[in-house]
Amino acid sequence: MSTPSNVAYQVMWNRMISVVEEQAQALVRTAFSTSVREAGDLSAGVYDTAGQMLAQAVTGTPGHVNAMADAVGHFIRRIGRENIFEGDVYITNDPWEGTGHLHDITVVTPSFHKGELAGFFGCTAHIVDIGGRGFGADAASVYEEGLYIPIMKLVNRGEVDQTLIRIVRGNVREPDQLVGDIYALATCNEIGHRRLIEMMEEFGLDDLNGIGGFILENSRRATLECINALPHGEASGEMTVDGFSAPITLKVKLSIEQDRILSDFAGTSGVDKKGINCPLVYAKAYACYALKCAIAPEIPNNAASLAPFEITAPENSIVNAVHPAPVALRHIVGHFVPDAIYAALDQLLPNTVPAEGAGCLCNFQVSLRPRTDAAHTVGARRAEVLTFNSGGTGARPQFDGLNATAFPSGVMTMPIEATEHTGPVIVWRKELRPDSGGAGKFRGGLGQYMEVGAQEGHEFDFQAMFDRVDHPARGRQGGENGAPTTIIQDDGAKMYGKGKQFVAHGRRVVLAFPGGAGYGPVSERDPELVKRDLARGYISAETAARDYGMTQQDIEAVQTAVTKGEMI
Amino acid sequence: MGNSAIRIGVDIGGTFTDVVIEVEGKQFSTKVLTTYIAPENAIIDGLHQVCAKAGVAPSDIGQIIHGTTLATNALIERRGAKTALITTEGFRDVIEMRTESRFEQYDLNLTLPDPLIPRQSRFTISERVDATGGVLLDLDRAEIEAVADQINAAGYESIAVGLIHSYLNPDHERMVRDVLAEKLPDVMVSLSSEVSPQMREYERFNTVVANAYIKPLMKSYLGRLKGRLEDEGADCSVFLMHSGGGIISIESAADFPVRLVESGPAGGAVFAANIAARYGLDKVLSFDMGGTTAKICLIKNQTPKTSHVFEVARTYRFKKGSGMPISIPVIDMVEIGAGGGSLAHIDSMRQIRVGPESAGSEPGPACYGRGGEKPAVTDADLVLGKLDPNNFAGGSIQLHADSSADALVNVLGKTLDMDAQTAAFGLAEVVDENMANAARVHAVENGEDLSEYTMIAFGGAAPLHAGRLCEKLGVDRLLVPTGAGVGSAIGFLRAPFSFEANRSVYMKLSDFKPEVIKSLLTELQDEATGFVRSCDATSDIISEFKVYMRYTGQGWEIPTSLSAKQAMSPKADTFLKLFEADYSALFGRTVDGMDVEITVWSVNATTPPEQVAQIALASDAGAATVAGQRALFDPALATVTDAQLVLRNDMKAGQTVQGPAVVTEDETTIIVPSSRQVTAQPDGTIDMTTKGAQA
Repeated sequence: MSTPSNVAYQVMWNRMISVVEEQAQALVRTAFSTSVREAGDLSAGVYDTAGQMLAQAVTGTPGHVNAMADAVGHFIRRIGRENIFEGDVYITNDPWEGTGHLHDITVVTPSFHKGELAGFFGCTAHIVDIGGRGFGADAASVYEEGLYIPIMKLVNRGEVDQTLIRIVRGNVREPDQLVGDIYALATCNEIGHRRLIEMMEEFGLDDLNGIGGFILENSRRATLECINALPHGEASGEMTVDGFSAPITLKVKLSIEQDRILSDFAGTSGVDKKGINCPLVYAKAYACYALKCAIAPEIPNNAASLAPFEITAPENSIVNAVHPAPVALRHIVGHFVPDAIYAALDQLLPNTVPAEGAGCLCNFQVSLRPRTDAAHTVGARRAEVLTFNSGGTGARPQFDGLNATAFPSGVMTMPIEATEHTGPVIVWRKELRPDSGGAGKFRGGLGQYMEVGAQEGHEFDFQAMFDRVDHPARGRQGGENGAPTTIIQDDGAKMYGKGKQFVAHGRRVVLAFPGGAGYGPVSERDPELVKRDLARGYISAETAARDYGMTQQDIEAVQTAVTKGEMI
Repeated sequence: MGNSAIRIGVDIGGTFTDVVIEVEGKQFSTKVLTTYIAPENAIIDGLHQVCAKAGVAPSDIGQIIHGTTLATNALIERRGAKTALITTEGFRDVIEMRTESRFEQYDLNLTLPDPLIPRQSRFTISERVDATGGVLLDLDRAEIEAVADQINAAGYESIAVGLIHSYLNPDHERMVRDVLAEKLPDVMVSLSSEVSPQMREYERFNTVVANAYIKPLMKSYLGRLKGRLEDEGADCSVFLMHSGGGIISIESAADFPVRLVESGPAGGAVFAANIAARYGLDKVLSFDMGGTTAKICLIKNQTPKTSHVFEVARTYRFKKGSGMPISIPVIDMVEIGAGGGSLAHIDSMRQIRVGPESAGSEPGPACYGRGGEKPAVTDADLVLGKLDPNNFAGGSIQLHADSSADALVNVLGKTLDMDAQTAAFGLAEVVDENMANAARVHAVENGEDLSEYTMIAFGGAAPLHAGRLCEKLGVDRLLVPTGAGVGSAIGFLRAPFSFEANRSVYMKLSDFKPEVIKSLLTELQDEATGFVRSCDATSDIISEFKVYMRYTGQGWEIPTSLSAKQAMSPKADTFLKLFEADYSALFGRTVDGMDVEITVWSVNATTPPEQVAQIALASDAGAATVAGQRALFDPALATVTDAQLVLRNDMKAGQTVQGPAVVTEDETTIIVPSSRQVTAQPDGTIDMTTKGAQA
């Protein structure tokens, strides 16, 4: 077989991206956890024999990007090359060697072609429960957060480790669902493997060395071209968010140099007592993601395109938490990393990055059970319901922010009709939150309202995972701040932004998720956009008058037009 | 009334309106430019043309079957009615909040498409149904009246009603309709529980909104069309092709116009299904490639595969998620931005990318010589020898190979250090690979192995690329039928009367209720049959039963077909066996110990498929007359070959041509790679097979 032509390599690269996309799709279709099947909280990739990632599916979770890129190397080291056989499947949920918390299960499968190891497939999914205290920030160490599965064989030469399966089953709240998800992960790698072998046969390849080199070389060159087109320089950014025990300050120094961009988090707050700490691999993923969006959005993720983005942080800072720090809600800190990076990058690359947004996803988990304050109601049951929701994104240099849209995370929300089928929860309200977008030349995206209760006969624990209660998104270049998070019960009882909190029978939790911040001075906003926002009810008449200086006459004109059905 | 043996198929497309008349089995067709302002004008024009060709009068026509992109275009171009939405309090923004995600992860300047109905036109009422269909909050009539007054004052023409969990309990939506009918008798109302009774509020609300949005437009158009036809003496019945591949009455179409979306491509799939029947093929991949897009569809047992949700009006490079989801019964097709006009460029990784941007007809590909400077797929085809520059589109457009070469070298070759021919090779391989990938993914998602399939290619650009696609996909047989240029309109004439009724009702196999199932399926059968009966008073009507099942806790369901007996005397273990067989075909294994649940129930009522006479394959009649030779690049060999040139009209039944070869006709050119040979069949179909393989 002669060396494949450039045209053939182009075709193969295309194919490998298609293979991993399909691998991810198989996982969505076979998974049991709503977080995977409805929200898309998963990732999938293909690796060479050295564990270098060659292609990764674009899924909802930038947080898995670098973590997955590093994970297979850990698997090769822990399992040992001499113990890797055809028919094997490996597993872990190690936060430091996988993707940042025990709730992500990573499965890696070696791919053999003609009896030789050709590469690996890896995939990760966020599962709803792994035992322990349940998904939340309340643990004081990783030992309390659930079952830990070190890197080990799930399947040895085709034989499933039933002991492992029994241990897993015995330690989690929804065993059928979790075991179903583990099999779904294995299936998804199997589908990727089959397609890869088909490709190798079609092109007469014995190994992936040639195509791997082609992918990595082109990606490296393209990434370096993007970086080297930037002005060299250094800038620092910082931001403070709520945290759990105490406010957290994220500090980053960004250096754009020849052939690399260095992000150093020296000066960032130390680890929190509770589970919002972030292993470095996860913080690194979001730092990389933020930089890639701004600098090299077209280049797919692989070992070479990620390498020039170097991230460092002091050990035991909240972005480099080490074992046994509790890390279940590491996403909260991780999701704020891009805003911290952009605070610095804005000084080096003006008119490129957005204002601060809601940042971390507005997730909560509801643990329902039959009411304990009165006689048991017939049909009442236990259930765990996890939902993903989003506030507004920050306004951009040329556009308003996006309403109720995830950034930097890319996961989807679940339909409330589907959520209500998973347990006796009732979502009474889920709609946009007017007046929550920070004012500016471009307005921040709106947050949203939610109101959550239970079916008759149930009470629940509400596990809150919110931030920006005390630290709303800050405006950029003269734009105003977004609205903060609020959380309260419908009878006025106080609730907190984080932690497990009891909600009695008949009560509801009333939530308002944060808006994105504005960009540029409000005086420069196009008056037609202010009118449009008022007509749509994105802003109230009071805000139109107070923040945007709209006259009473103009306000009334817009209101009349809306009543008459005239479009603005 | 006309002669039932004389039927007309009409397909309104974006550029052309195709009209086909069939008189006692003989077809005559024409293409006229679509008249956007009054689409019926083009139909009347085309109708007179084909009547003249066939020697019949409009009054002789027995039946007209019509499909159209008007509904799709109205959604894409936002040309619908002034529409209001009435929804459950607390859920005003469902259609605007979408999935709360970004369909392109790495674009900081992404903008999301506006919803069809802006926020000020969305009204709420307090009411609530829960996930079991029980009422949590009663609906107060006075509140509906108050909303009706607001809607009246604002002058809305059409109203969509979408309430939470209405697919389980439609009472509140019906109450809203009844009050609106009293208060606002002239305003059209669409209910989500009727248009799309499926779970998932975003998809259901969006579907009812789309229906309401295009209803006044489509109702008015269909009324005018009927009137114009009568004026011309064609007082025959008119039926509409729907997205599910069947036909419905003009009245049903006016009530549920959203079901007309994608009716043209559905006609193409029915066309291919009919060819499949003629050749007795059970596994067919239809491949339709035109100027801007390619469509791929699996056809098993001569029936196109159907689905119950799809996406229209994608706003961002055909990207999944950038359009709006519509949940209705639909022929399941993959559409990608790859056509003859698709343009190529180089990305930052020095990879050749093709589409979805298209050269359109102005300036067109570089070879048109109208100022196009970017290389299109057609330019690559020309440079590779697939097209004759002097005989493109029957000689109506002179092509300029030097302009193609310049564009290929300037845009691709300079960066990649390739000459024009290598750049053309690269471009063609990338677009063919894109299409092959789409086909592979679609097949895998459906648990199918394409190597057992036969491809049927139609549309202007398909025969140029189908041979290479077959090589890439390991498909051994390809049919290129005649009439491929007006395939959709011919397909309309082959479509049965059909209507699919479906409902979301959850049931676990561990809590299997045979009586409930029987009555639910009977109800759906009656509903679906009613629609079909309104079109055809006498024919047999067949019911096809399908349930969508999954392991409890999963989010994606697998359609499982039931026989009438399995449906009407339902047994849990039968359902489980059927599900497990389908599941392991798709994913390679079943999941032990998990309960299985049914989520969606559907009954498709249809008139029996037309009896199709099978083609007797032609026996070998020797080599066809060779009209000349042409230099043709063969991508599988990565070299130029000396190809035989044959005129399709010269090929007599049973005559063969060995690849490499080029078979030309006015409408298109069939490329026969070196690995393939072709035979002309008695019906004019060109039958391409792998050399040495069993046909």
